[in-house]
Amino acid sequence: MKVIVPVKRVIDFNVKVRVKADGSGVDLANVKMSMNPFDEIAVEEAVRLKEKGKATEVVAVSIGPQQAAETIRTALALGADRGIHVKADGEVEPLAVAKILKGICEAEEPGLVIMGKQAIDDDSNQTGQMLAALLAWPQGTFAHKVEIGDGQAQIEREIDGGLQTVEIKLPAVITTDLRLNEPRYASLPNIMKAKKKNIDQKTPADYGIDITPRLKVLKVTEPAKRQAGAKLKTMAELVGKLREAGAL
Amino acid sequence: MASLVIAEHDNSKLGEATAKTVTAAMQVSAPVHVLVAGSDCAGVANAAAKLAGVEKVLIADAPPYTRMLAEPMEALIVSLAPAYDAILAPATTNGKNYLPRVAAKLDVPQISEITKVVSPDTFERPIYAGNAIATVQAADGKKIITVRTTAFAAAAADGNAPIEKIDATADSGASRFVGEELSRSERPELTAAKIIVSGGRGMQSGENFKLLENLADKLHAAVGASRAAVDAGFVPNDYQVGQTGKVVAPQLYIAFGISGAIQHLAGMKDSKIIVAINKDEDAPIFQIADYALVADLFQAIPEMEAELTKLGY
Repeated sequence: MKVIVPVKRVIDFNVKVRVKADGSGVDLANVKMSMNPFDEIAVEEAVRLKEKGKATEVVAVSIGPQQAAETIRTALALGADRGIHVKADGEVEPLAVAKILKGICEAEEPGLVIMGKQAIDDDSNQTGQMLAALLAWPQGTFAHKVEIGDGQAQIEREIDGGLQTVEIKLPAVITTDLRLNEPRYASLPNIMKAKKKNIDQKTPADYGIDITPRLKVLKVTEPAKRQAGAKLKTMAELVGKLREAGAL
Repeated sequence: MASLVIAEHDNSKLGEATAKTVTAAMQVSAPVHVLVAGSDCAGVANAAAKLAGVEKVLIADAPPYTRMLAEPMEALIVSLAPAYDAILAPATTNGKNYLPRVAAKLDVPQISEITKVVSPDTFERPIYAGNAIATVQAADGKKIITVRTTAFAAAAADGNAPIEKIDATADSGASRFVGEELSRSERPELTAAKIIVSGGRGMQSGENFKLLENLADKLHAAVGASRAAVDAGFVPNDYQVGQTGKVVAPQLYIAFGISGAIQHLAGMKDSKIIVAINKDEDAPIFQIADYALVADLFQAIPEMEAELTKLGY
């Protein structure tokens, strides 16, 4: 079974995000970029499936600018076998990403797509579900545990009240939650090996997809700031203040 | 035209998230219809019919909807879509699961987790874990929206809308519910609680969370946790407050031993009053707390209980 893992290049999760003064967006100049953390979990899960003999090939896909190729290299260093880079500059909305991924799935015919539940830049949490709908495949979102069986998969999902297990027929789309696994670090030999692995170059037009954004971002602003309040000395004082404020 | 709100419920009780989503829907496109999809869920439909502003409740009562699995929900909602110019769901794990499928099938973008309706086609939504707020304008066509419910007040329950039965759509059978493990608790739910006491890595163990639970019971509060505490295995995943966990906005949020990572703050910074208790006086959470107490939580928790007892709690 072939597994496709889409990976997105985003601002590193440790970087403090700065909103541009003109309100046009977030400052990306000279900022450290990394693979979206949820996608790292997806790569790890796919590689583990290969190590367990459940997957035969892991293909990492990224849709983005020239530098998105580096994100694919990271996936290759973690154990993916080859890459597909769909070159696209500027914002590509989740629906357009899902349409491109649909084209890739039709060409590659994977048994499974594993991807992050959301990207930590736009926080949309849509692409996996959209891809599943476009392919008319079932989905196992927010996966906490994945068991691949014969023609089906059992997915334990993180839901509001706890955990839910669903069985879905394959092929399917799985999106990863935080506690599915702990991604490994790439070893130096594997980083070297990754340089020799193949990355196919594609464009959205190869899949007949128009990536013009459909939503217009009018402005991006800083959230309202909360001010630090009073430092108190004792618990009695704290409870007294809460009482005064009507909170207790 | 009208908007359609997809009800959040567990087949017996209508979730408060629905009433909040109705408030958002009224600002996008009135009148508002509510879809209750479930099984043996007549009581839920009755509750939805009472929400102020709701013109009609549609009930699809059939086994495929018992657990609101994404695939049958997609088929049902898509079949109803032609009559509406906006479809809204609360940004619960259910809403986030099924609604993007609907958007893709209708070939329109989804606008996720709106926190404000600026005008019927323009919305605010947090991005970068709440570190920035984007104002986005939808193009022509249907609007598919998930709603961050903490940002909207609940619609009142003084209405009386008619309830109409609708037929189930065919279920492909591609997905099947196997089981669930829900945290059973007598305490209020995190997203609905007026008071939340929350613990972080500083709690040191799952055993120690019992201290917080006792305090929570005194206050009729819910218990939450930071991602660090969940990752360390102290408490189950559904305790997690933060950008990727639950987003809460109670009247009072008391954080014990939580340092205040950005992603945690994103999940609770809209709380009315924030109290932080931490022994590290440089903890970032103090920068946003209304009341700060530098103290060891293992002393502070019993002290707080004692003070509350004095007040008759």
